[in-house]
Amino acid sequence: MTTRKTELMVGLFVILTIAAGLLLALKVVNQGFSNNESTYTLYAKFDNIGGLQTRSAVKVGGVTIGRVESIYLDPEDFNPVVMISLSEKYNNFPDTSSASILTSGLLGEQYIGFQPGFAFDDFVVLADGDYIQDTKSALVLEDLIGQFLFSRNSE
Amino acid sequence: MNWIIDIGTNTLTKVVGIGRAFLMLTGALIAFPQWKNVRLTIKQIYVVGVQSLLIIMVSGLFIGMVMALQGYTILVDYGAEGSLGPMVSLSLLRELGPVVTGLLFAGRAGSALTAEIGLMKATEQLSSLEMMAVDPLRRIVAPRMWAGVIAMPMLALIFSAIGILGGHLVGVEWLGVDSGSYWSIMQATVEWDKDVVNGVIKSIVFAIVVTWIAIFKGYDAIPTSEGISLATTQTVVLSSLAVLGLDFVLTALMFGIN
Repeated sequence: MTTRKTELMVGLFVILTIAAGLLLALKVVNQGFSNNESTYTLYAKFDNIGGLQTRSAVKVGGVTIGRVESIYLDPEDFNPVVMISLSEKYNNFPDTSSASILTSGLLGEQYIGFQPGFAFDDFVVLADGDYIQDTKSALVLEDLIGQFLFSRNSE
Repeated sequence: MNWIIDIGTNTLTKVVGIGRAFLMLTGALIAFPQWKNVRLTIKQIYVVGVQSLLIIMVSGLFIGMVMALQGYTILVDYGAEGSLGPMVSLSLLRELGPVVTGLLFAGRAGSALTAEIGLMKATEQLSSLEMMAVDPLRRIVAPRMWAGVIAMPMLALIFSAIGILGGHLVGVEWLGVDSGSYWSIMQATVEWDKDVVNGVIKSIVFAIVVTWIAIFKGYDAIPTSEGISLATTQTVVLSSLAVLGLDFVLTALMFGIN
């Protein structure tokens, strides 16, 4: 009988572990945009990326459609280049689309706000490996304050 | 000149100890695939895992609650109490879950393993097994080793989950953080492969080290009552130090370099 009780308790232990694992998998970890979804890559060149980091979100109208894959400095013109991977589901953005670096909330994390351009009759679709031409850099608080002070002085 | 002799003797003893510990580990692990020993392993999972469950769950709950309480008082100054969820869950999954489980496991199960095997040696049960042509490495050491390695990651997972629920209890129910933002910001921050899996890898490493030290210290104990008490103390001290030291190395490897 003791072995049966032991096995019962070990079984309960295993079930408890699976429950803990499920809690972590379903409630704690982000389920949205996962790695195994098929993606395509776009590049965007900014003047200043502010606090953007790899794994930051790419959003259209608040919906996350991709993530920042890597960030590096263009060795020729020294501008930061952001490599973003977008879900294959959304693969018909016109090449007039724009990307800007936005902040969620006052002190929140930064993300790329992607703005689909107007689709003309003969629009070109952004394909894998293309550069997004129209980009707006991150707002840097110090620059803003500097501009504000400068405009106050010149008045 | 005696101190030179002492240095030599001590170094040799240490190296011999490492060699014996490694031989014991390989002997125990190679001996595992024997299906009649699975029952022994399950019994040991009960002893080291199920019986540690209560202390693990209670400590997990309280650590989660304390972190929520402390984090809230600081985060609320910046209006960032929504970040309580990721703070509690990341620190539990990455660090506190594996480390505190490792420390508690060393104290609760490791010391018991050392004392049990040490007493078996002192009362010559291990020698009697050998007399009966039963390999004590297979019969005694292997099931305990595997039980520890299997049970501790499970305990660490439970610890983290309970801690996150404890943080929810204090943060959301008592201090009034919004429940939706507690979970949703946590979900936006925590990643499965980076945070959860790395935490599990950490706890597996700690499990191997703690169980190995505990069993070897018992197996290698001087077979007197003093020797067993010394071995038990050494188990707790050594495995706690090993857990904390390895934690730094693993954290540097996993999260330090991008």
